[in-house]
Amino acid sequence: MSGTFVGMPAFPKAAHEAVHDQTLRGNLRHATHTIRAKRAKAVAEVSDWAALREAGKLIKDHTLRHLDRYLVQLEESVTAAGGTVHWAADAVEANRIVADLVKATGESEVVKVKSMATQEIGLNEALEAEGIRAYETDLAELIVQLGKDRPSHILVPAIHRNRGEIRDIFRKEMSEWGRPAPEGLTDTPAELAEAARLHLREKFLRAKVGISGANFMVAETGTMVVVESEGNGRMCLTLPETLISVVGIEKIVPTWQDLEVFLQTLPRSSTAERMNPYTSMWTGTTDSETADGPQNFHLVLLDNGRTDTLADEVGRQALRCIRCSACLNVCPVYERAGGHAYGSVYPGPIGAILSPQLRGVTSEIDASLPYASSLCGACYEVCPVAIDIPEVLVHLRERVVEGGQVTAQGNKVVLKPAKGHAAERAAMRAARWAFSRPGALRAGQRLASRTRRLHPRSLPGPGKAWSGTRDLPTVPKEPFRDWWQRTNGGKDGGK
Amino acid sequence: MSSRERILGRVRRALGDGPRDDTPYEQAVPRDYLREHGTRSVAETVDLLAENLADYRAIVHRCTAADLAATIAGMLAARGAKTVLVPPGLEPEWLSATAAERIADRPESTPHELDGVDSVVTACAVAVAETGTIVLDGSADQGRRRITLVPDHHICVVRVPEQVVSSVPQALERLDPTRPLTWISGPSATSDIELDRVEGVHGPRTLEVVLVG
Repeated sequence: MSGTFVGMPAFPKAAHEAVHDQTLRGNLRHATHTIRAKRAKAVAEVSDWAALREAGKLIKDHTLRHLDRYLVQLEESVTAAGGTVHWAADAVEANRIVADLVKATGESEVVKVKSMATQEIGLNEALEAEGIRAYETDLAELIVQLGKDRPSHILVPAIHRNRGEIRDIFRKEMSEWGRPAPEGLTDTPAELAEAARLHLREKFLRAKVGISGANFMVAETGTMVVVESEGNGRMCLTLPETLISVVGIEKIVPTWQDLEVFLQTLPRSSTAERMNPYTSMWTGTTDSETADGPQNFHLVLLDNGRTDTLADEVGRQALRCIRCSACLNVCPVYERAGGHAYGSVYPGPIGAILSPQLRGVTSEIDASLPYASSLCGACYEVCPVAIDIPEVLVHLRERVVEGGQVTAQGNKVVLKPAKGHAAERAAMRAARWAFSRPGALRAGQRLASRTRRLHPRSLPGPGKAWSGTRDLPTVPKEPFRDWWQRTNGGKDGGK
Repeated sequence: MSSRERILGRVRRALGDGPRDDTPYEQAVPRDYLREHGTRSVAETVDLLAENLADYRAIVHRCTAADLAATIAGMLAARGAKTVLVPPGLEPEWLSATAAERIADRPESTPHELDGVDSVVTACAVAVAETGTIVLDGSADQGRRRITLVPDHHICVVRVPEQVVSSVPQALERLDPTRPLTWISGPSATSDIELDRVEGVHGPRTLEVVLVG
């Protein structure tokens, strides 16, 4: 399997293959069900959850509404604290900036904290092309990197692998990248974690450059926040001489106080813990006397489709996302199809609304993602910043079918309706015509009632796929409106 | 045009679709969530801290100030620690009873050198009862962030009740964002294998917290 998402098939095809993979189905079911129950318990411990959720939503909305102001304020605070701020309009520019910064240090390897933003821009591949080796240090990212695999979950990118598969990957691949797996490694999670500790320790201790993302950036103070569990984050943020953080522009919160909301909602939503084991906060660099942590700090602010998403009044709420992955864990579609089918580093319900907006709905996979949902609404229910994912899905479906004006790379463009939705559009046009002509509607309904015994059980032509999994409703022998008139709205007691 | 101008321009155009909501920040976010959960006496708050620390596999000890040196010495001896990293401003009294060799963290110490040290003893800035969290802020009695990261055994002393708060909001009020901060809730752990929590990855695999007071 290749490590990129380029040229992925549309969701239905990819999902069709995934649901027949029994191991994958078993792994996902086990993992998502485990975390679901734990999350519910962690959330129930906090009596003011609804108020925290509402506050988180409003903080993010307010920030997005004034994003230009907060970005400038953040730049000032980070610079005043000794950091250097770079701006990257797209993935290519961000990769260029990071590669140049690494080269300027004279180093040819870097250690990385798990980061969705650097996954999104394909930083590892870009650095590889420049002769720089990037070592993933998060356990799940390590499993993905060693297995030449793709991530399939926001929080646990190797969720599709069970312990036996992980042991096999470690045994086979670790020696290629450094210290081999211990002799006689078994598949107990504790031993696997120990193997990762030994394998990565040497890399941490000698690393001169660390690369991270950030969960939050505080505009008023310039503080960066990284929330993690293993300590690999602390290693990458503390031991190297140079730290480069690549962060999406939507990760800003205005004030230090705002963290009191998200530091309560994020751990409980993502790993179902009261608090994750480690949270690191740093503000620029320390003075040379204190010399605590990297003495060179670079912040790369990443757009890469975020401002295009911001331009959509309905879709912009996706930018509130704090990447907790609660929506993946409760999603019936994700549980069965797995993360790879979404063809993006952002899988699951949030991915289905984020990827098409960040990348545009022009590719086959992106045009299919808004349909990767049963609209059951479980994702909205658990979202700690109340993103109405079903609302955005329906909005994006409309965009796929009807086309219309969108913003792409900062420019307003008119999107053509996607291919493959002609029958849907024709059906909707016919419905509009009929519903605006009562006489024609009545005649049609009566005809349908009289011929009801002749109706097929499934639709022909392009409607076949729809009726493949659904029964066509049977038409009543008398149209409702005729029944209403005949019985005086049922008052005559007549059937 | 620089990318900075390009991105800021895109943001402004993206938001230009209607009248801007100019509700000031202070009014935009109603903070009607709780400052702490439940009502507890001071002693109960300290008990809750101990309970939640232990729930995430930290080893909790309680002692009086007079017994602290002996308690720490006992923990180091039980661990078989021959060397102990000492932040520059740690109370000398705390290590007065141990035979372990004291190692200072000098700016030129390499991570490899720190990796050879058995244990580290620090104070803390604040502890959060509801979440079982201790927070270090790099003060002289806590040292640089790396000294509590590389050694495999961390002993952290919390002065109770004065360093204990109930909740995350109360902890943030006490902390200075300009300092490098590390929030620690139990020893290093991972949920990356089948979403099941396993203790002990890269950070100290043994965290011992002494509640003194």
